[in-house]
Amino acid sequence: MTAVPTPGGTPAAPTPGSPIVTRPVRPRWRETLGLLARDPTAAIAAVVLLAIIVVAIFDTAFASQGPNEQDIANRLQSPSWSHPFGTDDLGRDILARVILGASVSLKVGFLSVGLALVVGTLVGLLAGFYGRWVDDVLMRIMDMLFAFPAVLLAIAILAIRGPGTSNTVIAIAVVYVPIFARVTRASVLGVREEVYVRASRSVGASDLRLLTRHVLPNAAPPIIVQTSISLAFAVLAEAALSFLGLGTQPPNPSWGLMLAEGNEFINRAWWLAFFPGIAIVVTVLCFNLLGDGLRDVLDPRQRTLMAGGGR
Amino acid sequence: MSDILVSARGLEVHFPVRSRGPARRGGGVLRAVDGVDLDIYRGETLGLVGESGCGKSTLGNALLRLVPPTAGTVTFDGTDLTTLGRKAMRDMRRRAGMVFQDPFASLDPRRTVAQTVSEPLEVHGLRSGRRERAARVGELLELVGLDPVVAGRYPHEFSGGQRQRVGIARALAGEPDFLVCDEAIASLDVSVQAQVLNLLRRLQRQLGLTLLFVSHDLSAIRHISDRIAVMYLGRIVEIGPASAVGSSPQMPYTQALLSAVPVPHPALERSRQRIVLRGDVPSPSAVPSGCRFRTRCPAAFEPCPDVVPALQPVGEAPGHLAACHLHGVVGTPVTEVPEGVTAHPPG
Ligand SMILES: Nc1ncnc2c1ncn2[C@@H]1O[C@H](COP(=O)(O)OP(=O)(O)O)[C@@H](O)[C@H]1O
Ligand code: SF4
Ligand SMILES: [Mg+2]
Repeated sequence: MTAVPTPGGTPAAPTPGSPIVTRPVRPRWRETLGLLARDPTAAIAAVVLLAIIVVAIFDTAFASQGPNEQDIANRLQSPSWSHPFGTDDLGRDILARVILGASVSLKVGFLSVGLALVVGTLVGLLAGFYGRWVDDVLMRIMDMLFAFPAVLLAIAILAIRGPGTSNTVIAIAVVYVPIFARVTRASVLGVREEVYVRASRSVGASDLRLLTRHVLPNAAPPIIVQTSISLAFAVLAEAALSFLGLGTQPPNPSWGLMLAEGNEFINRAWWLAFFPGIAIVVTVLCFNLLGDGLRDVLDPRQRTLMAGGGR
Repeated sequence: MSDILVSARGLEVHFPVRSRGPARRGGGVLRAVDGVDLDIYRGETLGLVGESGCGKSTLGNALLRLVPPTAGTVTFDGTDLTTLGRKAMRDMRRRAGMVFQDPFASLDPRRTVAQTVSEPLEVHGLRSGRRERAARVGELLELVGLDPVVAGRYPHEFSGGQRQRVGIARALAGEPDFLVCDEAIASLDVSVQAQVLNLLRRLQRQLGLTLLFVSHDLSAIRHISDRIAVMYLGRIVEIGPASAVGSSPQMPYTQALLSAVPVPHPALERSRQRIVLRGDVPSPSAVPSGCRFRTRCPAAFEPCPDVVPALQPVGEAPGHLAACHLHGVVGTPVTEVPEGVTAHPPG
């Protein structure tokens, strides 16, 4: 802690000419990151996720063989130096496919959660801030979406719009919009009553300014936590939908699709399903652990509220 | 130019109260502010006192249209605020500031002191450019007795008194004519209270501010106010020059409030007669008919439940008004009992 120079009554010595620093001395996000680093589980989860993301971004650089390159002579090879994760029934390198699968899974995860985050947060923000009929109308729509079981809703959307990656993104996003709306609204309801919001209104701030500068930043912690947890479920949902043949379409690899393809050979060649399975477990676990860590750092009070958010 | 800056006429703020249980369907009304006529003169300090819950904060907020009035008008420097459009009202806010009670709640924890203090500058486009704003923030911080180097810090790094100074700097940033201080020193340490009070007095003189100083504690505002208004259950029951209200109160409620204030002189303190009021303040959702103080008034007599006393000139000092039938029965007879008013309160 640094001591604040001027105590109570004594007027400050004027400092003519010295530039006035209006930028934060220590940005908040650096503080948050520092606290997160002190939580070993969350820190490890964050590092692992970062590694997965880097691998996913530079996917081709990490794979010696093209993920869709077939080599029939070397089909169903068990893990070896040349094929660390083995090969599948068409002789494709599993490691290369798991890596490309990471970019597919994460792309779907980030896009769908990003879409749900933007739409859901906007809905929750308006509903919570304006209340009355805005709240009634918006949250009634959210309740309707929420009433469907998650996977069923996604399957229904894909059945209507047809399978494929972009429709998977939309399907998962639709499932998550009401969750983000609810989490945001609950948080905004508390923040909008804060005196500093009224204080800002008292100096003439517009609604837009109140929402963007005061309400949203202060309502953000549970939304950030929800984002991390939702990413875990979105990766899982993408895998489930692809496993069912509704998500990513062959020959492109996705972890869920690889799981489905490997299922057939589970007794003869365990590595086909094992490595994509591990990738799913590790990614989902890390997003969850990071979410827990973020919750502890950002917003310990939200623990109970979010406990039932497993969707 | 009139020398009245802020004026309220028939101002009412009624809140709907949700009914508990099936017995009272539809709920009632809570009469937080219930018919206030008030003129605040340019350059004066008006003290507003009354027990907690009597509607002082609601009145202060309603004067700035931070709480929408349910009836009546507020005029600010000749402009009727109650009919002003949203944009025009926001522009008007540059000219009227508010200092809040709790300095720990009134500053956004995620914004630096500079961001908080420069908000009015940005909103009203008062200084163009980052540098000009930063320089102005520095000036404002110095004005309230803070070192400008603290500009980049967050509120949690400050004590209550320092935070309140930041709140004052924000309220002053738009160079307002009018400042509402709602219990601005009530939640500070006693030692800091005097410092902040002195700061406000100095600023009032230096900047020629018109000040509405709200407090539940008569002794706190007696010496800084030019006039004092006493509020009870949503109404102003006595108003006048601070010296007159403070030394010869004309309404039993004010007398009781004043009798609770310790006198510095030991001999006088010993002879001080405390008037202890009977019972609790009635709920603002069930105010007594007629004079709303009658359920606790030691001097209540026949007309009190039946006639709502009007403010009338009392005592010697000009401008000293009180709403009490002891000075002659003047007011509106109770003909019907509206919602939220009880003719014969229980107990
Ligand atoms: N937003 C509100 N909704 C409902 N009731 C309110 C609201 N604000 C204040 N009140 C009620 O109005 C009455 C007056 O409150 P307030 O103006 O805060 O009094 P004071 O500042 O004198 O303590 C209280 O009974 C309070 O409960
Ligand atoms: S009007 Fe009656 S009840 Fe009210 S203060 Fe005067 S004497 Fe008391
Ligand atoms: Mg109050």
